[in-house]
Amino acid sequence: MASLVEGKTGSWEVVIGMEVHAQITAHSKLFSGASAAFGGEPNAHVSLVDAAMPGMLPVLNEFCVEQAIRTGLGLNAQVNETSVFERKNYFYPDLPQGYQISQFQHPIVGKGEIEIDLPDGSVKTIGITRLHLEQDAGKSIHDQHPTKSYVDLNRSGCALMEIVSEPDIRSADEACAYWAKLRMILRYLGTCDGNMEEGSMRADVNVSVRKPGAPLGTRCEIKNVNSIKAVQMAVDYEVQRQIEIIEGGGKIDQETRLWDPAKGATRSMRSKEEAHDYRYFPDPDLLPLHVGADWIANIKQTLPELPDQKKHRFMEDYGLNAYDSSVLIAERERADFFESGAKGRDAKLVANWILNELLGLLNKDGKDLSSSPVTAAQIGGLIDLITDNTISGKIAKDVFAQMYASGKDAAAIVETQGLRQVTDTAAIEKIIDEVLAENPDNVAAYRSGKDKLFGFFVGQVMKKMGGKANPSAVNDILKSKLGRS
Amino acid sequence: MEKQLVRKIARLARLALTPEQEDLATTQLSNTLKWIEQLQAVNTDGVEPLASVADIHLPLRKDVVNDGNCAEAVLANAPEQAQGYFVVPKVVE
Repeated sequence: MASLVEGKTGSWEVVIGMEVHAQITAHSKLFSGASAAFGGEPNAHVSLVDAAMPGMLPVLNEFCVEQAIRTGLGLNAQVNETSVFERKNYFYPDLPQGYQISQFQHPIVGKGEIEIDLPDGSVKTIGITRLHLEQDAGKSIHDQHPTKSYVDLNRSGCALMEIVSEPDIRSADEACAYWAKLRMILRYLGTCDGNMEEGSMRADVNVSVRKPGAPLGTRCEIKNVNSIKAVQMAVDYEVQRQIEIIEGGGKIDQETRLWDPAKGATRSMRSKEEAHDYRYFPDPDLLPLHVGADWIANIKQTLPELPDQKKHRFMEDYGLNAYDSSVLIAERERADFFESGAKGRDAKLVANWILNELLGLLNKDGKDLSSSPVTAAQIGGLIDLITDNTISGKIAKDVFAQMYASGKDAAAIVETQGLRQVTDTAAIEKIIDEVLAENPDNVAAYRSGKDKLFGFFVGQVMKKMGGKANPSAVNDILKSKLGRS
Repeated sequence: MEKQLVRKIARLARLALTPEQEDLATTQLSNTLKWIEQLQAVNTDGVEPLASVADIHLPLRKDVVNDGNCAEAVLANAPEQAQGYFVVPKVVE
C-alpha cells in the first residue's frame, strides 16, 4: 500500500494488469515452414500459407507447442492437456487472413504465478491468468509514401505467446519489475529471446485508478508499450491523466489507447472501438490440440534452474547477499560465468571481482560477457594468486587491467613483470631500516604521538618496493621497529 | 434477427449491402437461427463437444524451414506493389 498516488482529492490506488506478447524462439512459423528469423528482404519469409492464399491449410509447429508448455511450467502454471485454436476476426492490411489464429476459451496454459523483485528489496507474487498461442501479424510501414502504406508479411504467422497477468500490479515500479522478471524467466527457458529492439516482447497495459478499498475503476488498455522505460512512462502518464479527469468531475471511457514514445503520451485509438467485436469461433482448419501428460512430464525434466531458484541457491551455497545474487542471476550466462569461476574458490571474492571490476569495464565498453576478454577461468586464476599471497589486492587491480587489455593469464603477467609479492621478511626489514634512517624527524614525531605518520612509512616502504611488499608483513615489522603498537 | 444487427455484422465483415440484400439477409439469418434454436432443445448435459467425427488427432510438423522465399509468387496478385512490399491505402492512425 506504499505506492498510492496523491491527487487533489486524496490518495489513489493504481490497478494494473499486463498482456505481454512474447515471440517464441523457433526456426519456422507457428503454422507454416517459412523462416521465423527477424529481418530479411521484404516478404521473403512468407509462404503461401502466411499470405493466406485460398486453399492453404495451417499445420501446427510441434516445437512451438513445446515452447509454450515449457514457459507454462516456468510460470508455475497449469498446462492444459486439451486446448483449442480459434479465429479472432478483424480486418487490417497486415493480417492477410482477415482473422488471427489464437486461443480464446481453451488456452494451452492456465493459472500460474511469478515472484517479482521490487526496488526496496521486497518480493511480491503476481498471478498469471493464462498463456495462449497465437499468430503474429505482419508489419505496416507508413513513412515511405504520402498516401500509401507498405506491408511486409515476414512477421506474419510467427508464433507468439500472449501471457496475461492478473490485475495484481499496483504501481509503475511493480509493472517494470514484472516485465523484467518475465523477460528473465523467458530467457532462462530459451523460449523467447526478449530482444526489445526487434519487438520480441511487446506489452498491452491495462490501467485503472480507484480510491483505496473502492470497487475497480474503469480501465484503459494501452498498446505499443515495448520496453521497460515505456512501461514506466506510459503507466505514470496514464495514471495522471485518469486522476485529472476524475477529479475534474469527468468519467473514464473504457477504450484502447496508444502509447506514443515520441510525445510521451497516450492517445485514443477510436477506430478500435467497434473492432473489439472479434466474433471468436473454433478454427475449422484445426482440431483441438491434445498434449499428453507424458509429453508435459518430459519437458518438465528438461527445465533449467530458474532465476529465483538460482538466486536462493547463491545466497545459501555461496553466502552472497540478496543484491549481489540478484545481479549475478539477471542473465543466465552471467550466473554460469560466476559459478565456473567460483568453483573451489572464495565465492564472495569471485563475485566481487566480477560485479565490481569486470562488469564495470564491460559496461563502459558496451560489451557483454560473451565478448569479455577475460574468461571465468582467468578471473579464477587471478583470485588464486591473491588468496595464496602471490600478489596483493592492490597489485591485483593492475594485473586485472592488463588481463582485460591483453587477454593474458594473471600468472603470466605476474611472472613476466616480476609482480610477485615479497613476503621475505629479511628483504622487507632491510627496506624499512632504510626508510627509518632517511626520515629521522618523522620517526621522532611518530614516537611522540603523531599516529597518522604510520601511513607515511607504509607508503615509503611500498614505493621503494614497487608496491610488491606483503602489506601485513610491512605493518607488523614497522610497528615493532617503531616501538609502538 | 433484427435488421440493425444484420447491418452491424455486414459492417464488421466489410460487406456493403443494398436495402434489398439487407432484407434478404435478415430473413435468411433468422431462418438459420431458428434451426439452431431447434438444436438447442436437445439436452447435451455431460456431452463432450465433438470436433471431428473421425478419430484423428491434430497433425504436428517439425520446426524446420522448408517454405517461403517466394516473394514474387506471394505478391503476384497484389493490386499494387513496390520494392517487394504490398502497397495499400494509408492506414495509419
